[in-house]
Amino acid sequence: MDIPESAAARRSARHLPERPRVFKLRFPTLFSGLGLGVCSTYVRPMRAAELLHVDDRGLYCPPGDFHIDPMRQVPRALVTHGHSDHARPGHGAVMATRETLDIMGLRYGPGFAAATQVATPSETVAVNGVSVTFLPAGHVLGSAQIAVEKDGMRIVVSGDYKRRADPTCAPFAPMACDVFITEATFGLPVFRHPPDGEEIGKLLASVARFPERTHLVGAYALGKAQRVIALLRQVGYDRPIFIHGALEKLCGYYAAQGVELGPLLPATVEAGGKGAFSGEIVVGPPSAFADRWARRFADPVSCFASGWMRVRQRAKQRGVELPLILSDHADWDELTATIAEIAPGEVWITHGREEALQRWCELAGIPARPLHLAGFEDEAE
Amino acid sequence: MKPFAALLDRLVLTPSRNGKIRLIVDYCRETPDPDRGYAIAAITGDLAISSVKPAMIRALVAERMDEVLFGWSYDYVGDLAETVALVWEGRGSADYEADDLGSLGSSDVPPPLTPPLKVEGDTSVDRLRHPSTAGVLDRIEALATPLPLEGRGRGWGYIAAEPESRLVVQKTGAERTTAPPLRLSTVVETLARASRSDGPRLVEDWLDRLDADGRYALLKLITGGLRIGVSARLAKQALAEFGGKDVTGIEELWHGLSPPYTELFAWLEGRAEKPAMAAAAPFRPVMLANPVADGDLEKLDPADYAAEWKWDGIRVQAVAERGVRRLYSRSGDDISAAFPDVITAMEFDGAIDGELLVGAPGSQGIEVASFSDLQQRLNRKTVSAKLAAQYPAFVRAYDLLHHGGSDLRPLPFAARRERLTEFVSRLPDDRFDLSPLVPFASWKEIARLRDAPPGPLIEGLMLKRLDSVYVPGRPKGAWFKWKRDPHVIDAVLMYAQRGHGKRSSFYSDYTFGVWTGSDDALRLTPVGKAYFGFTDEELKRIDKFVRDNTVERFGPVRSVRAEPGHGLVLEVAFEGLARSTRHKSGVAMRFPRIARLRWDKRPHEADRLETLEKMLAFKL
Repeated sequence: MDIPESAAARRSARHLPERPRVFKLRFPTLFSGLGLGVCSTYVRPMRAAELLHVDDRGLYCPPGDFHIDPMRQVPRALVTHGHSDHARPGHGAVMATRETLDIMGLRYGPGFAAATQVATPSETVAVNGVSVTFLPAGHVLGSAQIAVEKDGMRIVVSGDYKRRADPTCAPFAPMACDVFITEATFGLPVFRHPPDGEEIGKLLASVARFPERTHLVGAYALGKAQRVIALLRQVGYDRPIFIHGALEKLCGYYAAQGVELGPLLPATVEAGGKGAFSGEIVVGPPSAFADRWARRFADPVSCFASGWMRVRQRAKQRGVELPLILSDHADWDELTATIAEIAPGEVWITHGREEALQRWCELAGIPARPLHLAGFEDEAE
Repeated sequence: MKPFAALLDRLVLTPSRNGKIRLIVDYCRETPDPDRGYAIAAITGDLAISSVKPAMIRALVAERMDEVLFGWSYDYVGDLAETVALVWEGRGSADYEADDLGSLGSSDVPPPLTPPLKVEGDTSVDRLRHPSTAGVLDRIEALATPLPLEGRGRGWGYIAAEPESRLVVQKTGAERTTAPPLRLSTVVETLARASRSDGPRLVEDWLDRLDADGRYALLKLITGGLRIGVSARLAKQALAEFGGKDVTGIEELWHGLSPPYTELFAWLEGRAEKPAMAAAAPFRPVMLANPVADGDLEKLDPADYAAEWKWDGIRVQAVAERGVRRLYSRSGDDISAAFPDVITAMEFDGAIDGELLVGAPGSQGIEVASFSDLQQRLNRKTVSAKLAAQYPAFVRAYDLLHHGGSDLRPLPFAARRERLTEFVSRLPDDRFDLSPLVPFASWKEIARLRDAPPGPLIEGLMLKRLDSVYVPGRPKGAWFKWKRDPHVIDAVLMYAQRGHGKRSSFYSDYTFGVWTGSDDALRLTPVGKAYFGFTDEELKRIDKFVRDNTVERFGPVRSVRAEPGHGLVLEVAFEGLARSTRHKSGVAMRFPRIARLRWDKRPHEADRLETLEKMLAFKL
């Protein structure tokens, strides 16, 4: 394949809109006194590191004086999505999409921040002179990328994202930029998530094969659980689906937002004896399966919906009998395709397998470096 | 390949034996000949494909992919077949393209992108509708945001560019769906005819056509050794269940059959007569003993029984007939290749049932070497001359099943024993000897002998009815095994690991240790791991103890409080002890299990490592 020489060439080759021209004064003006002092009014384009850099609390924007997804409490935080390693309680002010704010409220209670501000996707607001735009990231309901721009430098913080269809959230919206900050959770060429339909088909085939057993599907409480349920509904599975108590609030919220989850029942023993769950699908957080909670089910088939399930040994180690390769993170192909599509001037890589994606960028002629952010969970899904 | 791939996938991850059998039975029902026969042969290890070697597979990947990225991938996954299956840039499964990415391939129009940022406050921008404002269906439609074809799946880590023509093929979905799916039998039969130079090209083409699971199955198939946790015996058990036949009938036939076993399936499905036993030197399903239970012996007359030592090697059948020599394990696996020294010495016409042991020449014939010496010879496909000389194998004969063309199994044990004694006396004595009978007059006398066996590597006694005919399985009352009491020590629970399958919500695998160091600086050294021997009730109690006393977690493993004053003491029973360089403690237990939970004991009362070392000195 031809690799176009420059980012600009790549952009035009794909009909990507050119990023907006902000007039940059690249030369000294003549208003600075006759021949004296070269550039008192010189405005040079902002350097990326001046717009965003890592400090002890996370990713910080000095001109805007805010953090993005900080791991410790800060006065002002912009939050990409509601997963707990990105959205933490106790900040002074939080700006996020309405759904993300709602989710944080559900998880941490209404007082999770002193002040909140709703960010409307694709609408640009100024924060201390920095233009900030939230864009859908396709990760979970309410998830957003955050574009920050000042003086001709635009950085897109993708947060966590994926590119495939998801009935529970809006799709990723690519935006041209100078620096694209990408996650790399599945940043190795071995991670290629198969089509969702195939994985849901595997689950339903197993339910048909083992009608006397209970299929326990481990899925993270925010996003994955609702996606699994919505995918089952999409292919016409209309039996009640039993859910662990930890999923109740979020499933209720998703349903209220118009995501079709169909009939959900609590997976409590009062719902019936041991036999009551035979042939049924029960969805719960993965941690619950190691717990005594799981003992109420007779001879369960343990399933786990996660991108990690691509590697058999990982599934085996976890004691998973039926791995479902369903991920809310971009797989290797999606990561590389997204970078190729956006064609940023530079790529910064966070949490995951930075080195492989960096290597890929090098081979593709795109400058890239890892951004060492602590605090994000490797296992986060 | 798809059904076979799906079968492998499920087998790898299904812990229960019955679950595995069910998967194989269903596969045989749903899959036509000859595919199912080849699949069974792949599982039983009876399929040899010689035209492709693992190094060739690596070379194929290296042609297509950046080696650094491949190296990291291999490091992460740890299995060559699986790594290649996952990183391979195939045309992929038809489904993959059609369901998920079809829109990419067919899209000639560049994808719509979010418009560039406008100045703040400008409301004329055509904004993306936010999910909450759109209905679910709208949202699903909106999901069609396509990706450019070049980006997807053609990662630049792959250096070799694809010829344009291939990309075109990829784009036209119609062509893919009309191509018939690749069958397992096509792969096996084509490779069997292929030369070493054609093999890799064929494989390359198939890898391109298959999806990741199909590629994994293909690579496992051709590189040999599925290692999916299914023994040949279990596969035969599944065939027996599939056909509603007895497994011994299948074991008996097995070595006269060859893949794809169409005549076997015809019989199992009731469409044909049982295939004739065609092979020379077939395996004859073995006769097994029942354990002696309380009160069993009192009802029996000692005069009806012969006793002999139960040797702790591996039970084998040495068969030489019509010029064919084979050594079988007790489940009918042909292990001849690993024991050429025994095979060479099989200058006879007959079938011996006996125990394979490793020996050292002694003053009175062969002396039995330790179990760890025997282990040097086990689980090998082949053996070097040096190893065979260092650890010479021999067979201690128990029974004679066939001799000079006549089947001796219908004869009573006493008669067979007489023939055996005579038969063995004419064999080379460094490779064959007779398992001696242990004379006794009363059960009391033999019980005393059981507790004081004359050497190591004796597990206990066998009691055989003098008039018993040789039949497969465990007929009641004919043969008994009477094992000596196991050795026991008190150890302290150190780590607990979550179980699998039914036990996945329990901490059910226990690592235990014994004390070392001086009294004021006691430390625990792990000496073994056990995951059975306790009741369900006891399991619940240990599980609770583990959860209440967790010190640290490492994935599925927890370390638990284990101090001289606080912890759980386990009485561990085991069959033997060997020196081990692989274990920190320097000892390895055979067959350890939890005998009792000593809630009554405090950890400092548990045994010390010296106790085990003393046992070693006595050569258990």
